[in-house]
Amino acid sequence: MTLVISVFEQGMIYAIMALGMYITYKILDFPDMTVDGSFPLGASLSAVLISQGMNPYLTLLLSFAAGLMAGTITGLIHVKLKVRDILASIIMMTALYSVNLRIAGKANLPIYNYDNIYNNSLTNHLLGGALSPYKNLIIIAIIVVIVKCVLDWYLKTKSGYLLKAVGDNETLVTSMGIDKGKIKILGLAIANGLVSLSGSMFAQQQRFFDASMGVGTAVIGLASVIIGTALFGQISVFGFSISVILGSILYKGCVAAAIRIGLQSTDLKLVTAVLFLLILVLSSRIEKYQGRKRRKERA
Amino acid sequence: MIELKHIHKYYNAGSVSEMCLFDDFNLTIQDGEFVSIVGSNGSGKTSLLNIICGSIGVDRGQILIGGEDITRQKDYLRHRSIGRVYQDPSKGTCGHMTILENMALADNKGKPYNLGMSVKKSREDYYRELLLPLGLGLEDKMRTQVGSLSGGQRQAVALLMATMTPIDMLILDEHTAALDPKTAEIIMELTGKIVAEKHLTTMMVTHNLRYAVEYGDRLLMMHQGQAILDKSGKEKKNLAVDDIMGVFNEISVECGN
Repeated sequence: MTLVISVFEQGMIYAIMALGMYITYKILDFPDMTVDGSFPLGASLSAVLISQGMNPYLTLLLSFAAGLMAGTITGLIHVKLKVRDILASIIMMTALYSVNLRIAGKANLPIYNYDNIYNNSLTNHLLGGALSPYKNLIIIAIIVVIVKCVLDWYLKTKSGYLLKAVGDNETLVTSMGIDKGKIKILGLAIANGLVSLSGSMFAQQQRFFDASMGVGTAVIGLASVIIGTALFGQISVFGFSISVILGSILYKGCVAAAIRIGLQSTDLKLVTAVLFLLILVLSSRIEKYQGRKRRKERA
Repeated sequence: MIELKHIHKYYNAGSVSEMCLFDDFNLTIQDGEFVSIVGSNGSGKTSLLNIICGSIGVDRGQILIGGEDITRQKDYLRHRSIGRVYQDPSKGTCGHMTILENMALADNKGKPYNLGMSVKKSREDYYRELLLPLGLGLEDKMRTQVGSLSGGQRQAVALLMATMTPIDMLILDEHTAALDPKTAEIIMELTGKIVAEKHLTTMMVTHNLRYAVEYGDRLLMMHQGQAILDKSGKEKKNLAVDDIMGVFNEISVECGN
């Protein structure tokens, strides 16, 4: 039971990161590796601020803001300095590794003895007793629902439409009299803001920051996006956001199951990578199959 | 008024494959003029449009619109008063968005793209009114993704989107070339109607000599970066397809084709 709860907790925390990657990968068509740095950015910032006594909920906002900045810089490198998209993000990812160490002051910063967003006098009061094993889960779910709703709303606004348009057809955005570069930067900023927010939630759930906790973030995020849109994307009532959230939980479940059947926790990244490969191959098969089915139905 | 003054444009300048496209090219277009531009491949027709829109820069010379020098102005800023339709129907629309979403996006051109809702219920009837006269049945497909429409339908939507907000100038870059003859005819008629209704200064590049003769009140023939034929007013009215074809054959012979 605790394993299931933990899968749901981590799956939903990573879902926020995956929603950010949905923006870059699916909407902007931008392979963004910055996330490997912006995820621990939120984690290190939150760990430090919490250890200095800041209100943990405030660290969520500040982590989001820090992620916005990281994404903006990746965007500026790509748009203004004309560096290829993936290279711009790798440069930023590498730089952030050191930035995160600077922020935290060391490679590992525990925050076991401090209040966090899941565990403080308010949550203990509201979600005590029988609910207490599900306390983290409930708080994570609330944040995920808020993020999902805000993102769904944003993508229906005029600004959100431009974001969708720039990944679809850059020329049209120029035709609308809008600087397409600025829209790309905006998209990267929002995406990395979400990733950093997710990192903050993860650090507070794990109760520590570790410099290596960002390794493989992009792979996890992409796997969640791809598995989610391939399996649940066809169900139109879900929309993209629920599909991605379900994809993230499912992916965490698969990784947990693989570890459970005898692999060691040190094998985690290997499992992450192999599963991602499997998902890539399978999802293209699923799409082909669905395409064939649709054609048959039409005929 | 659009003025191109002493435009020089080289491709691959300084390398062995240097190619001179424009060498001291001059052109003035009056407000409200509908200019058809014909010419062989590589004669500089599309480059001319790209230079006016800012998609490519010039090496020397000046571009003035209404007396204002826009030579160094960014392309997206110039597009605020320009509507443009491309040869490729997919360039004027977003394939993953519905007709309704595409039109809502274009409807907001010139206004800030802020956090207001993009699709407004109150505007839907207006979009339907624009789509209805096309006779393509698009008014019943407003929630269909544009990517699943045919090339002609897509181009019709693109043309509407390019002209639905107040603009000064319409740029048409072989916008019927990718369409079948019947659809091309529909799009061309629609173009003529819109240009007449809105009194738009229009530049249309086309390979269809009949369109060039039938539409517009001025005709340019481009060859090797020069306008070798420039007819307007009465002269343009009396021009026949065979006349242009004659000139066309002459320049082709010169080139040794």
